Amino acid sequence: MSLPWLTTIGLLPLLGAVAVWLLPKTDVRAVRWVALGASLVTLAMTVAMVTQFDVARAGEYQFAETHSWIPQLGASYALGVDGIALVMVALSTILVPVCILAAWREVVEGRAATFYGLILVLETFMIGVFAARDVFLFYVLFEAMLIPVYFLIGRYGGAQRRYAAVKFLLYSLLGGLVMLVAVIALYFEGPGGASGFLTQNLTGLRFGSDVTERLLFLGFFFAFAVKAPMWPVHTWLPDAAAEAPSGVAVLLVGVLDKVGTFGMITLCLPLFPGASKWATPVVLALALVSVLYGALLAIGQSDLKRLIAYTSVSHFGFIVIGIFAMTSYGQSGSALYMVNHGFSTAALFLVAGMLAARRGSTRIDDYGGLQRSTPLLAGSFLLAGLSSLALPGMSSFVSEFLVLVGTFTKYPAVAVLATVGMVLAALYILVTYQKMFTGPVKEYASGWKDLSVREVWVVAPLIAVIIALGVYPKPVLDVLNPAVERTMQQVSSTDPAPTVAGVTPAGEGTKP
Amino acid sequence: MSALLISGSGPALAIPVLAQLPAEIQFTAPSFDYRALAPMLVVFGAALLGVLVEAFVPRRSRFVVQVVLTTVALAGALAAVVLQAATSDPVQTAGVLQSSGSVLGAVVVDRVTLFLQGTILALSILACLTMAERTVDEGGPFTPQASAVPGSPAEVAARRAGLLQSEVFPLLLFSVGGMMLFPASGDLLTMFIALEVLSLPLYLLAGMARRRRLLSQEASLKYFLLGAFSSAFFLYGTAMLYGFAGTVRLDGIAGAVTGVGGVAVLQKDGLLLLGVTMVLVGLLFKIGAAPFHLWTPDVYQGAPTPVTGFMAACTKVAAFGALLRFLYVAAYGIRWDWMPMMWGVAILTVIVGSVIAIVQTDVKRMLAYSSIAHAGFLLIGVLAMDRSGITGVLFYLAAYGFSTIGAFALVTIVRDSSEEGVAGGEATHLSQWAGLGRRHPVTAGVFTLFLLAFAGIPLTSGFMGKFAVFSAAVANGAWVLALVGVLASAVAAFFYIRVIVLMYFTEPTGSEAVVEAPGIGTTFAIMLSAVITLILGLAPSLLLDSATAASVFLP
Repeated sequence: MSLPWLTTIGLLPLLGAVAVWLLPKTDVRAVRWVALGASLVTLAMTVAMVTQFDVARAGEYQFAETHSWIPQLGASYALGVDGIALVMVALSTILVPVCILAAWREVVEGRAATFYGLILVLETFMIGVFAARDVFLFYVLFEAMLIPVYFLIGRYGGAQRRYAAVKFLLYSLLGGLVMLVAVIALYFEGPGGASGFLTQNLTGLRFGSDVTERLLFLGFFFAFAVKAPMWPVHTWLPDAAAEAPSGVAVLLVGVLDKVGTFGMITLCLPLFPGASKWATPVVLALALVSVLYGALLAIGQSDLKRLIAYTSVSHFGFIVIGIFAMTSYGQSGSALYMVNHGFSTAALFLVAGMLAARRGSTRIDDYGGLQRSTPLLAGSFLLAGLSSLALPGMSSFVSEFLVLVGTFTKYPAVAVLATVGMVLAALYILVTYQKMFTGPVKEYASGWKDLSVREVWVVAPLIAVIIALGVYPKPVLDVLNPAVERTMQQVSSTDPAPTVAGVTPAGEGTKP
Repeated sequence: MSALLISGSGPALAIPVLAQLPAEIQFTAPSFDYRALAPMLVVFGAALLGVLVEAFVPRRSRFVVQVVLTTVALAGALAAVVLQAATSDPVQTAGVLQSSGSVLGAVVVDRVTLFLQGTILALSILACLTMAERTVDEGGPFTPQASAVPGSPAEVAARRAGLLQSEVFPLLLFSVGGMMLFPASGDLLTMFIALEVLSLPLYLLAGMARRRRLLSQEASLKYFLLGAFSSAFFLYGTAMLYGFAGTVRLDGIAGAVTGVGGVAVLQKDGLLLLGVTMVLVGLLFKIGAAPFHLWTPDVYQGAPTPVTGFMAACTKVAAFGALLRFLYVAAYGIRWDWMPMMWGVAILTVIVGSVIAIVQTDVKRMLAYSSIAHAGFLLIGVLAMDRSGITGVLFYLAAYGFSTIGAFALVTIVRDSSEEGVAGGEATHLSQWAGLGRRHPVTAGVFTLFLLAFAGIPLTSGFMGKFAVFSAAVANGAWVLALVGVLASAVAAFFYIRVIVLMYFTEPTGSEAVVEAPGIGTTFAIMLSAVITLILGLAPSLLLDSATAASVFLP
């Protein structure tokens, strides 16, 4: 296949953005349809690419494109996807049309072109960052992503949007700049030369000293931890997610934050295997704090969007635990969790957006008894919520279970404590549901319409995916597992401690 | 490539005067390589011609003649530089020494020089176009008669008469000529002369603003006094180095430092160290590094904005060129002695620039502090002390120069809203920029691009420049400097972003600025700067290539 799949898929939204900006500003209908069309064409191309993907070789990078970009700095334009990256690209391209549809009426006229244009530009960067196989390219896109998100929050967000946008940008920039030093230093530890930033040239390096490797690891990890976000550098997320329009919040929490965990699993572990093991205890402890702290704060929230943001902090804790448990169960679970969390959080945010569009508020106290007046809306929220609390049969259950099983084989204490997070999850979802949707119908809600056709189209695909992946996750796991296996090999290839193998039971190496 | 003799006294200088004078001083006839000197000769020639234009061309047509003459001269000089760079023998540029018998090098035209001269010329063409702007403010950015006392009847009369101070263009040319000579100097005396030739016209230009003339004149005086002070430092340092080495030539000093057979001469160490330090003080003043930066905000704020843009971009290029040549050619041998001091200066500069910029409320002052921070980032590249460092600094200078010219040109078109359709003064207070993104999306968008470039966000030239200098620093073990640099970048990002927040996310309170449609020159300058900022961010290879090729000094 000679078609440069990834470049094509990456460029399509960008072309859509240009088209949107060229349209007359007053023609909001055309703007919306062109934007939706561009994102749907991208999705169709992604589906076509997925069918071409060789699952048997999912551990290798496929659809690879490598071109010289800035040879003087060692940077190449190198794209390619393995199983994990493919799934993340697919997640992004599925969520973008959903978000565009969700924001159909949310954006006031005259500013719609900029809004949809920025979303499409963001999609280009997201696809690029997941497909990049060159650390320099990854970094450039990782940072460039901030700009459209910053404007999306700052221009189209809620009352506190300025504060939220600046906080988001400064946190991310600080993380990114620290990573920049590590990126540069990593280049000089590697073979160097005109293609010295290619991931393959930087994997399996012998570092000058342990200290060097650890410092470099910390540089990368810090950026990813801010992005993910982990306690204690998570505080930007609730502000940003609460102030962003719900469509943007979906992309922010559902996709962008995944770049953090994606970076941990595809960059931190393979590039710095020794240091990753060295840091495991601390990382696990921080992730555990994230799980519990996020859940506890979620319970205490009075604002629905902030609540969802804190549940995400908790879920990201699970993902990080799975990655750093360094068992194939745990990592497969984490990789799957990234997808599932994307869908269930997206559904929650979007339903929250629909509620806010009706009531003009996201305060939980402002709602009550909606089950009777708008049963479809209530049902969507419940299903999304149940997925979020990892009810069996929902997609999140599979991944959360895998993470816990994988972790238990190596770190039983961590796994046991993390299960407390699951209990708390039931609390924050169900109590919220109870407050908002059960009880007597409030007066204001009597005239409310239930889900419109457009809104059904927004929510239904997500719910369908959530249930499908809950019942039959095998196709996705088949794609993820080989990539996870490869990461495991890269990490253990320099494993000096045989005791680890002794502790790990038979589960190691077999496909969950 | 050639090093040249343009003064006949070379052999005499090479011998310590106090030691013994030769019985018979032989003067060799100076030989000129006119091809290598052509760009500078064009510029200086046009400057002299400009003075004659002032004397002989009728007042009505002076302005047009001056603008055409200046632009053509600068473009011609640029073409000459490009031609030389394209046709010169690559073997000679690989750092091989010239046969030094006939080369007495007051002026060294090597690849570094050509790169810097090309950058200075390209930037000054844009600066000239913004200075010639007359659409936004009737009569242009300069006072009709600089000699008239502000607020006096003479000033009013001059304005009524529609006078124009078209001398600014010859002054610009003289300054550009000095800037071209500054990094090409092969000895400290030539460097000093270049320093004065580039500075004196700038002192005058800084005092010629049309509006807020007292502020402008204050800036001019301040710049002049402090500039004279730093020149004295430079000259005193030169004298000391002459005392140490018996020559003012950079390669001669380098030879004296390493001594015969590579053994350092330790006898006159004090003279050497003091001399190097004092020359550095002079140079650091010109680049605006802390703690010699105090003139920068006042002068940047007070000077006419097109002049500020010219100073911020071109002076920095020229001064960094001279600093590089001095450090890499003359003082390389004792780098372990001055490196700690320069580390301190670099760290102090990035911190002072980034932190103090946060509290600025005037856009020109903010850009001034930003330029101080950028001087610090550039110093980090300088301190890499190898080819990659020179490459990084050269690239950074070009990238920063274009963004700066563009940003200041843009400041000139954002004006106070006025009642009767007459353009007001520049709206430099940041609060006036609130909501600009709504009312003037293109202007605000382009300014955002420049700000993102200053902040070093990827996909802009600023990122590539920062990457180049930081990577050079890390490669040479100075990762601490790079770390300080990125942390300062994060701080600096805050105030650039603050302006973006103002322009896009804030509703205007009180007086809001309006954007006056600029003339073709300013439009061209802004757009070209924006395009270059973007291109250097996406595909910097071409310029990096020539910067790499240029990164070797001939002694």
